Amino acid sequence: MKAKVVGQPVQRLEDLPLVTGRGRYAGDINFPGQLHMRVVRSSHAHGRIVSVDTSRARAAAGVAAVWTAADVAELRPIGLREGPDAQLDPYLQPILAGKRVRYVGEPVAVVFAEDPYRAEDAAELVEIEIEPLPPLMSAEDAPGEFDSERGTEPLVIRKGYGDVEAAFRHAHTVIELDLSIGRHSGVPMETRGAIGRYDAARDLLQMYGAAKVPHRTRDGIARVLGRDPAKLHLYEGHVGGGFGVRGEVYPEDVLVCLGALRLGRPVKWIEDRYEHLVATNHSRQQRHHARVAVDEQGRILALDDRFFHDQGAYPRTHGARVADLTTGMLPGPYQMPAYRVAAHYRLTNKTPAATYRSPGRYEGTFVRERLMDAVAARLGIDPVEVRRRNLIPKSSMPYRRELDAIGDEVVLDSGDYARLLDKALAGVGWDKLQSDLERRRAAGEAVGAGVAMFLEKSGLGPRDGAHATVDEEGGVEVLTGSASLGQGVETVMAQICADALGVDYRRIRVIHGQTDRIAKGIGAHASRATVMTGSAVHVAATRLRARAIEAAAGLMRVPPDALDIVDGKVVRKDSADAISMELADVAKSLSAEGRGAGLTAEGWFETDHMNYPYGVHIAVVKVDRETGGVRVERYLAAYDVGRAVNPMLIEGQLDGGLAQGLGGALLEEFEYDERGQPLSVTFADYLLPTVREMPMADIIISEDAPSPLNPLGIKGAGEGGVTAAGAAIAAAIDDAIGIPGAVTRLPVTPVRLKAILDRAADSASKQPPMNADRRR
Amino acid sequence: MKPAPFDYHAPKTLDEALAMLARVAPLEGRVLAGGQSLVPAMALRLAQPAHLVDINGVQGLDRLERDAGDLVIGARVRHAAFHRRVTDGPLGALLAQVARHVAHYPIRTRGTFCGSLANADPASEWCVVAATLDARMVAKSARGTRTLSAADFFQGAMTTALAADELLAEARLPELAPDTRFGFQEFSRRAGDFAIAMALATFRLEKGVMVQARLGVGGVEGRPRRIPEAESLLEGKRPGQETFRAAADAAARSVAPLDDSRYPAAYRRDLARAMTRRALEEAA
Amino acid sequence: MKIALKLDVNGREHAVEVEPRRTLADTLREDCGQTGTHIGCEHGVCGACTVLVDGEPVRACLMFAVQAAGRRIRTVEGLASREGGKETLHPLQSAFMEHHGLQCGYCTPGFLMLAAGTLERNPDIGDDELLEVLSSNLCRCTGYKNIVKAVRAAAARMRSRS
Repeated sequence: MKAKVVGQPVQRLEDLPLVTGRGRYAGDINFPGQLHMRVVRSSHAHGRIVSVDTSRARAAAGVAAVWTAADVAELRPIGLREGPDAQLDPYLQPILAGKRVRYVGEPVAVVFAEDPYRAEDAAELVEIEIEPLPPLMSAEDAPGEFDSERGTEPLVIRKGYGDVEAAFRHAHTVIELDLSIGRHSGVPMETRGAIGRYDAARDLLQMYGAAKVPHRTRDGIARVLGRDPAKLHLYEGHVGGGFGVRGEVYPEDVLVCLGALRLGRPVKWIEDRYEHLVATNHSRQQRHHARVAVDEQGRILALDDRFFHDQGAYPRTHGARVADLTTGMLPGPYQMPAYRVAAHYRLTNKTPAATYRSPGRYEGTFVRERLMDAVAARLGIDPVEVRRRNLIPKSSMPYRRELDAIGDEVVLDSGDYARLLDKALAGVGWDKLQSDLERRRAAGEAVGAGVAMFLEKSGLGPRDGAHATVDEEGGVEVLTGSASLGQGVETVMAQICADALGVDYRRIRVIHGQTDRIAKGIGAHASRATVMTGSAVHVAATRLRARAIEAAAGLMRVPPDALDIVDGKVVRKDSADAISMELADVAKSLSAEGRGAGLTAEGWFETDHMNYPYGVHIAVVKVDRETGGVRVERYLAAYDVGRAVNPMLIEGQLDGGLAQGLGGALLEEFEYDERGQPLSVTFADYLLPTVREMPMADIIISEDAPSPLNPLGIKGAGEGGVTAAGAAIAAAIDDAIGIPGAVTRLPVTPVRLKAILDRAADSASKQPPMNADRRR
Repeated sequence: MKPAPFDYHAPKTLDEALAMLARVAPLEGRVLAGGQSLVPAMALRLAQPAHLVDINGVQGLDRLERDAGDLVIGARVRHAAFHRRVTDGPLGALLAQVARHVAHYPIRTRGTFCGSLANADPASEWCVVAATLDARMVAKSARGTRTLSAADFFQGAMTTALAADELLAEARLPELAPDTRFGFQEFSRRAGDFAIAMALATFRLEKGVMVQARLGVGGVEGRPRRIPEAESLLEGKRPGQETFRAAADAAARSVAPLDDSRYPAAYRRDLARAMTRRALEEAA
Repeated sequence: MKIALKLDVNGREHAVEVEPRRTLADTLREDCGQTGTHIGCEHGVCGACTVLVDGEPVRACLMFAVQAAGRRIRTVEGLASREGGKETLHPLQSAFMEHHGLQCGYCTPGFLMLAAGTLERNPDIGDDELLEVLSSNLCRCTGYKNIVKAVRAAAARMRSRS
């Protein structure tokens, strides 16, 4: 039997076109006669639209059309992905603003011209007169006016269980923290783009440049346009990263499709970077007032959190999902007898926000782990030890929390959290690290280490399906409703199919992102692809194998259980003399006249529960006390994925996630001035980490706790690199400067850290020096 | 982010270039040298010059040589030219060290030394070098030639004494004495970013004390400049922690820092102090 | 008003007619049909548009096409060598594939050309300087670890060949 390829770090199938410049990203796609679309955006954060004068723009050279809200008045706003929601539907963003603008960057008009240069020239000629209204720039301020009928707090999510009040009354110690996570987001290297094209002969509307959830996006656009979704096809080519922000339905996607329909020419739209930073979904910004009640051992009795989620100007297709995920995942891997959370979902005059890699968990992990560190400091318990005392033990799995996250009951399927903590500490050489850091501190360096633990979620259902077919040349095609954002989904699916079927993975073509090839699909997001699509592929390939063996058994006149498939050939398990049959020939015989559809099989996988990978991050930082600069010297991320299909790709995901998490911890922030003008509008202001800012992280991929919820035991790996980076780096900074609880706000910019140091120096100079007992 | 339209001129000789500049300067004409600052501004449509005079083909603007005790740097000389030491002495070494801080390698293959000076971004490394070493700037126009001192040349953030029809044809850096020590320190958010604060210190040692001390600070104020209050605390003193601290404090007190919500004045002042002290330590 | 130019891209001549404001990046992609060079920011920070002009890495979004006439331009499409219909990958391309140095691939052409230009001019470049060069370009997917591995591996291979 040939060696299995699941579990091997095999090279990706996707790469050759990408290293030779033959990728087909949205910007690379062109159709004859195409027009270029340019959006005219609000330059005010809040105001009433008095007039929009497009006359000069319409008269400009090369302009085919200019639309305003009046031209798209019949379009419904883009709805929520999960369906209508009475609380949020009144707040949905119009395709083009007609009465009010509510954020700088909001689409107000759109120009269609012969080339992008002239489209931009014409866009500058559109005159928008706005009567400014005071902008609401903080989610914690009292809610303001959304319109004459409603305010800017559409809903509050409340959850909880247990007797929180009693727990706080009887606690040995109560700690209260005020914590903020800064506004930042995915910012992929490719900006958004879409090309709409109408095939009048077949009454078929096509959109290129889809990503992440092509079927849902198709349905969302079809609903807005009032069109039968079967007559709208979306195509995904190469995609330059998504991280959650690409692939949802945005106004520009609708406009591109409508433009193609109405103007009778293909319409191409490519966002520029300035637009991206003000118009593509933001994320993360929350302010938490969190308290924890603990006993004298530091064990949690209750956690009570009230937070303000800064949604920006409108709900996006995710509705209140990010706030909801925060509430459901906040307890993390710890036992928690009582819990209460109130999430105030508030609208402000900023770019709308939605999901970004590890949504709700990056935020919640920062809050929870800061509380754990505070407990440790207050009670004089080692921060690692205090976590150990609170971890849910393996013996309690599956562990049901009286809680739900996005409608799924939180049932932790499997996990050995304590063991992963041990692995991480061993992996970094924790004890030696501590003595090294003490030695360096004694020599005057401000260096420190921090630990953070977290749960992730993956494998979001409810179901996924795949078709697997062997063609008459022996090649295998796996048709999925999945999507590629560059993460290697084709390779992973090919590996799974290869092992289940008995074929070399390099002979397998994986199709994804084409709504006309497969009727339904849930795309790739929420770390679901390997679990859901992978499981469906496994089922399909297993059935395909059985079908092939059954057919071959008939042709070879042996019982099916005497046969195996190795390297694309059906062989006898026992004989060396190998009478065998090529799968290609089995396929031919099955598609011969009258015998049916050939060698093909379908597989479905259903689940009503997410599964829960988990991890530990350890950061080592050096602080420059004079400048407030922080350097992350070392990093270790340990993550349990149940079963690793391709460890090389998993490590890549964790490395990439870490870069984003580090960015959010130290560098990245969407800032606004008091008038609501965005300040982070170029890559000179919005700072992404370069290779110099990154530690070359040590990654531990653990398979201690396969998920019992799918046939391969897989948990998704896409998000585990980012989740705890904010928390771990914050803890390390506190340790480096010797001030527990110093960091309460991300990102920790040099200016903010210097201010913390200056305040500490001021108060120290007013008191006799204290001997800070770091750990016992 | 496409630039607005412009007319493009590519003169071959200096006279042609200056004549063109004279014609187009009143019509919002600009010089295009490296383009590494101008083109991004044009992409954002913050700059919309109606004419660009591309000097990359102009003969005679690529001087990089010693002349009468100066290092002469012509308008077309790229940042990358300084990766290797262009003189044997300390000046070449200083320029090579500073060059590594100027943006990134692919920017340095195009951007020019003189272009940086003419752009006068407070965050520019070459500007603080020019100010600290008392460079002289040679400006040419159809009306003639004039030479400006660094102190006169740099007037404020993004503002120089150049008239619209003038080309900064060369910068002249005085050669440093062979035993000159130097130190350069800069603080930025990431490798290759705009400097938020920089300090350049040079001095010689005579009988163990510092002489000809120069201390320049950039990034903190609108324009880079020497800080005489700091220099006077160095002149005639032995290098050492106390002396350096005093000079750094003096520099911090002297500067009137730029102030904005991102980097408040007090923070820039602290950076000025830290960079000054570290530059001195490095020089010693 | 358009200007007629001839651009030498990967050894082939392309005759184009472009406005002076048309960037080299747009001209390569749209007028010369070489879409391998990508646009990430258009203001010279991300490096996705890096090409070689007379052997040196340059940001194609910061150069106008009119400035590139008469220069030797190399893009990612010209990295692999082609002989008798067979394509041989450049060591950098192979190394990126072997070491998982790319995920979405959008920044990859920029990194390949940056590394190719750097290593061809300076095969014995020290590791610290190499990292400094690599800090010129942004990647959002990989966290850079495997890009560094791939470039180091390719550099070693290129050194041992020459």
